[in-house]
This record gives sequence, C-alpha cells and structure tokens, in this order.
Amino acid sequence: MSEELYHEKLVDRAQAGRAKGRLDQPDKTATLDNPLCGDRVTIDLKLADGKVLAAGHRTRGCLLCEAAAALIVEKAPGNVPAALLPLADTVRQFLQKNGPAPAGWPAIEEFSPVRTVKSRQDCVLLPFRALAQALSS
Amino acid sequence: MRAPKPFDPESCRSQFPILTEPPGGLPLHYLDNAATAQLPAAVLTAVRRHETMSRANVARGVHRLAEAATAAYEDARSAVAGYLGVTDADEIVFTGGTTASINLVAYSFGETLGPGDEVLVSELEHHSNLVPWQLLATRRGVALKVLPVTEEGRLDLDRLPSLVSKRTKLLALTHCSNVTGAITDIGPIVAAAKSVGARVLIDGAQRAPHGPLDLPALGIDFYALSGHKLYAPNGVGVLWGRRELLSKMPPFMGGGGMIAQVDLETGTSFADIPRRFEAGTPPIAQAVGLGAAVRWAQALDWAGIAQHEARLTGRILDGLGAIKGARVIGPTGLQGRLGVVSFTLDGVHPHDLCQWLDRKGVALRGGHHCAQPLAKRFGIAGTSRASLAPYNNDADIDALLAGLEDARKRFA
Repeated sequence: MSEELYHEKLVDRAQAGRAKGRLDQPDKTATLDNPLCGDRVTIDLKLADGKVLAAGHRTRGCLLCEAAAALIVEKAPGNVPAALLPLADTVRQFLQKNGPAPAGWPAIEEFSPVRTVKSRQDCVLLPFRALAQALSS
Repeated sequence: MRAPKPFDPESCRSQFPILTEPPGGLPLHYLDNAATAQLPAAVLTAVRRHETMSRANVARGVHRLAEAATAAYEDARSAVAGYLGVTDADEIVFTGGTTASINLVAYSFGETLGPGDEVLVSELEHHSNLVPWQLLATRRGVALKVLPVTEEGRLDLDRLPSLVSKRTKLLALTHCSNVTGAITDIGPIVAAAKSVGARVLIDGAQRAPHGPLDLPALGIDFYALSGHKLYAPNGVGVLWGRRELLSKMPPFMGGGGMIAQVDLETGTSFADIPRRFEAGTPPIAQAVGLGAAVRWAQALDWAGIAQHEARLTGRILDGLGAIKGARVIGPTGLQGRLGVVSFTLDGVHPHDLCQWLDRKGVALRGGHHCAQPLAKRFGIAGTSRASLAPYNNDADIDALLAGLEDARKRFA
C-alpha cells in the first residue's frame, strides 16, 4: 500500500510545492491544525474581480498534506469562491465514499490510494478545509 | 519466590501469538510498545477462561458465577498489589487507564485545593498528566507551575527549589517520558515535596511495563498506570494511593458499587476504598487480564531484560547516529533511560516515515505523542518513535534501520 500511496507524481507534487510559499498581503487567509499529529497548514488567497487571483501556502505536514496544499495553490486561481467552497466536502466524499473527483480537479485522482488508508484521509483534507475557512473569513 | 529463569528473548517472543503468527502471514516488527504492548498467551488464556467460565458482575450477585467473578477480580487486585510492592491491596483502585487515574486524583484530591495553591507539572508530560491539571486550574483557581526540560530531554531537577514553595500542594510528574525515554530520578522530587508538605503523583504508564516496583519505598503518594501497555487488555488501569490519602478523598464518580447507603432523605454515604472510586460495573475481564499480565511479568528475569533492551536501544541509537539527517530527541546514551527512542529525519515527515516502514512490517509511532509542549520545546511538530518490549529482537532492529535508510533515500 505504501508504494501505491507514495507514487512518483504525488511525491513530486508535494516536493515541488514547497517552493511556492505564502503570499504577501493576502486578502484572505486561514491556518488550520490537525490535532492528532500537530500538522499545520496556512492557505492564503488574493482575489480580484470576484475570482481567486493567486494562492499561497505554508505547510508543516506530511507529503499527503503538502501535495494537497500544492494542488490548491496550482488550481485555485481563476475560480470563483462559490466553486471552491464545496471542495472540502467533495474531496471528503471522494476519499471516504468513493465519490467522483470534483469537476475541473482531475488531479484529485492522485489521492485515490488514500481511500483505503483511513488514518491518512485528514492529511489530505486539512488544506481543503483551510481553503474553505479562508474563503469564509 | 523462586528465582526467575535467565531471560531468553526468543522464548519470550514465542509466548506472543501475534508475533509468532502475524496477521496475514506478513512480517511484524512491532516497535510501538510505548503506545500499546502485545498480549502473551497467558493473558489471552486468562481472559478467555474468565469470560467463558466466570462471566458475571462483581460484588453484587450471590450465584456461583458472581462469586467466581468477584474472586477473580479481587485476585487480580492482589496480583497488581504484589507487582507494585504494595501490601494493602485496598490501596489499588482499578480505573480505565492512566488518564482516568490521573483525572480521578485531579478531581477528588483537587477538591481540597483552591486559589493560592499550586500544582507542579513539567514540559515532559503526556497530555494525560497535563490537561487534567489545566482543567483543575480553571475549575478551582489553582496555579500551575511548569518544571522545564533539559536539552537531553530530562526533567531539569535543578530547577525544583525555585518552583516548589509552601504554596505547592502536589507535584505531578512522569516516571519515564513517552517521548524521550528518560527515567525520572524520583528521590529529589520526593525530597522537594516533603520539604513543603506537598504530595507526589507519578505517571507510571511507561515505567510500569518494565518490571516490578516498590511504590511505598519510593516515598510518593499516588501512582497511575495503564493495563494495555503492561501486556494486558485495553480499558483497565490502576491508581495506587496511600490509604490515609485515598480514605479522605471524596468520590470522583457516583453510581452503583461505590456507596455505603443511599437515602433520599438523609443523603448518601460512601463505601471504603477501593470501591469508593470504582463506581459502576468495573472492567472485570480486563482486570483479570491485568492480574494475569503482572503475574506473567513478575516471573521474568528483569535484570536480563534490562540488559537485552539496553543492547537493542544501543543498536537503535548507533544506527540513527550513522544515518544522515537523523536527530535523536532525548538522551543519546544508555544511562537513565528505557528503550523509547524518538527521532526526526531531515526532510521526512514522521507519518510518511511510519507509513513507509509499515510496508516492511515495521510498526512505529509518529506524531507529537500527546506531548505537544515537549515538541514545542524542541522546535518540532513531532517525531518518529521506536519503543521496545522484552519480545523485541535483533531482526526488529535490522528491519527498522534498513527501513530508515530506505525512507531517507525515497523522501529526503
């Protein structure tokens, strides 16, 4: 299972995402902790014309958490907040209920091995919950 | 008592069915003993025998199963007392675990405390010996003082004189850190407490599985431990307290079994110890299992086990020393420690490391280990932790060290 979980694409995404970093003076930001492991994710957003213009993150977490945060930073810009708000729940359904990947986010499939590792699902969800909280802030 | 047979690790290991026949036929290198230890056949047999031959509630019924269950439950209490060097078995209170034991003291003994009183805890504590005191501080206006930790991950006992005063009413400290493995020198703590008339509670969750104790001789007042770390089932633990203290403490929980008389007009009076603190149906089969576990443990050669575990601990420490980017959080030597080794590996998150090692059957624990203040003290979010029991062997350490090197190559 570990071999499948840590496939090359996901590891590369996590490691590449480390360089992205936080935004200067974000319009919206949220920091969330995972109380079970002490991991912490901050998601920053800049908005313009009713859309997300740019996203940044700081993640003190595992590879799954880092990869999820990196995916948000890559894919969130260009979306309207209303399209991003339900993501946390859609991704949760994807992981826990074998639901479909959210529309426009096919890369979520990279996390499909996490479906069978219940103890790690919160690692993936933490950045999406931080995104939702940032959007609601 | 007969002298124990010289310790033989493989003979010990052969008594643990989950190790001799691992689930799914996959290899199992179980190094998560500080979280939960495995059960020897003697304990599994005792629990099964109780549940199939003597299952009933205790201290209530008069039928033969109830008599047998009560006898087994009280026999377990006597066995635990023997393991802890306690002559008065009524001083042994069965609880749900270390957390429940400490909460019992925090609520019951804590009722006597108020503004102006202080409780001393430390940076090294598991949340179970920290949060109950924070709750007490909020509830009763008691002040918490915090003993710092040295760079080596030990209690900084040199700081005791500056933190203990006539306001101090209780020192609540660990016997052995679940993160660093450092063993606490109890003597200076008891001396500091006695100098101001304070009481001492020791969290023995990590120390108790590593051989019999003589609690009264330590000079302490309360000791808490968990069954599931002591080769016994989950759901049972122990609070030991001195009779003169327990007898004066009010009940923690009310319910069946802990009363002397209940009267709607005149009110309720309470049973003597230990029943006063065992409201409701206790964890009977679990206590029977704990009794079997301590009898099994008491018959072991603990001097031989200490040598065996020290040698394996040395192998882990030496191995980590040779791995690029590895940092031990805790003592790097073998003095004054148990086989609990926490470490970080640059560029590799503890949960990724633990998940990666699981593919080779190596069971480690990763995270903050319910000791977030200690993680903060060392500027880290968490560690990976290997923790030993007598049944661990060189093959377990070989698998661990090979897995660490493999993980470093994969992730770092």
